[in-house]
Amino acid sequence: MIDRLDPPIQRRAYGGAKINRVQSPWRARSVHYVTIIIGSLIPLFVMADVMPVVPPLGFMIFLGWRLMRPGLLPMWAGVPLGAFDDLVSGQPFGSAIFLWSLTMIALEILETRFPWRGFWQDWFTAGFTVLLYILAAMLVSGAKISVPLISIVVPQILVSILLYPLIARVITLADRFRLSRARRVG
Amino acid sequence: MASPKSRRSGFSKKQQYSVFTGYLLATLGAVFGLVLLVISLWQPSIMQPLRGGATTVAAPAGEATATVRAGGNNIWDTISGFWNAGSQNAELRREVEIARIRLAEAQAVEAENDRLKALLGLYNGESPPIATTRLVASSASSVRRFAYVGVGSGDGVEIGMPVHSERGVIGRILETSLGSSRVLLLTDTESVLPVRRASDQTVAFAEGRGDGLLRIRLINLGLNPLEVGDVFVTSGAGGYYRPGVAVAVLSQITSDGGIAQLIAEPTATNYVSVEPIFEPLAVEAAGVRERDELSEEELAN
Repeated sequence: MIDRLDPPIQRRAYGGAKINRVQSPWRARSVHYVTIIIGSLIPLFVMADVMPVVPPLGFMIFLGWRLMRPGLLPMWAGVPLGAFDDLVSGQPFGSAIFLWSLTMIALEILETRFPWRGFWQDWFTAGFTVLLYILAAMLVSGAKISVPLISIVVPQILVSILLYPLIARVITLADRFRLSRARRVG
Repeated sequence: MASPKSRRSGFSKKQQYSVFTGYLLATLGAVFGLVLLVISLWQPSIMQPLRGGATTVAAPAGEATATVRAGGNNIWDTISGFWNAGSQNAELRREVEIARIRLAEAQAVEAENDRLKALLGLYNGESPPIATTRLVASSASSVRRFAYVGVGSGDGVEIGMPVHSERGVIGRILETSLGSSRVLLLTDTESVLPVRRASDQTVAFAEGRGDGLLRIRLINLGLNPLEVGDVFVTSGAGGYYRPGVAVAVLSQITSDGGIAQLIAEPTATNYVSVEPIFEPLAVEAAGVRERDELSEEELAN
């Protein structure tokens, strides 16, 4: 009797298209790296002649994955990902390798202290880390530090802090995609 | 989310070692990064081939965003122009009439200049631009102000060449690779450009402040002759830029010069041209050190 139903309805009746699917290992291992690399590339395509207008998106997505999925990125992940960010960010080469690795160590230590965290605490951590990151990146950028220069990173810091919830949302979506059952079994 | 159970070491020797290795690798990574950072602050061009490769790969995508950006500017201009079309029209007519008169005068001056230069036997030919291209990318998240153009050493672009838009100076080429080049914009804090006031021979340096404004520092200190609204053009000193290209308009006066706003904003430009170095000999001469000694061959001559 059920054979006479339309194929889509039939499929839904048997649990949708997920009954013989498992997670794709390639997807589960690569999505976080790809999103961080895309995040590093986005500021490149925005034309900024006056001041840094775009938050350091690569770093923020990196931070978001680290806070929301502890243990997914290995502790040395700051080296290759930071190296790529350095190639396109305009900072002297090595600044992101150095600062991203320090971030990994700092968050690891923080996590042994506070293993259970909520969203608000993550936002606070991310905001504070981004604040320190932008100031540190300014110090090592090779630019002459002056009052006008410090005053122009303030808007960038504020935008970065306010952007974290949105980035957390995007990472959640990416994570659902990463772990979705995409590989057909049998 | 709490860390997965596998990352809490407890009494397991294996887990303890893996946690320790994680910290060790991250620390080594940080030290490695610090060493690279110091090296690249000391020798900024050391990672240039890798960086150039990355931007060469990314440049075609930048062409697309540059086209969209130019289109976006046009749409905005059209909308804002629509609102005050009437009053603007009348005003523009008046301006065009005055501009025509000034243009005729300028042509007369140009002819006069040509005649005088011919009299002195000075070379007077503007060399054609090396390449005309778009600004495809920029360092939008860093405090440094770099832009990227989609032409490189394959198109004849060399380090030091000035980049102009139709309005004035944008910056100069800092690094080149096969298919893309990095441009140091005038607003970067490391950018210094010799300029003079358009109306007379008051010479100054235009330094980037990093916040979109230029700091004009007079070379001859004393009474500050500048006034708000003064236009500065390249002086040609140093040999990189040809003289007489518009740079900035003074907006504020300080004790040793003033603060000026850019005339050619990179965001507002559609196409830019990479021009040859104005006076390569002068640039070479500037590179000669105080204690350079002549070689045997040169001494023999």
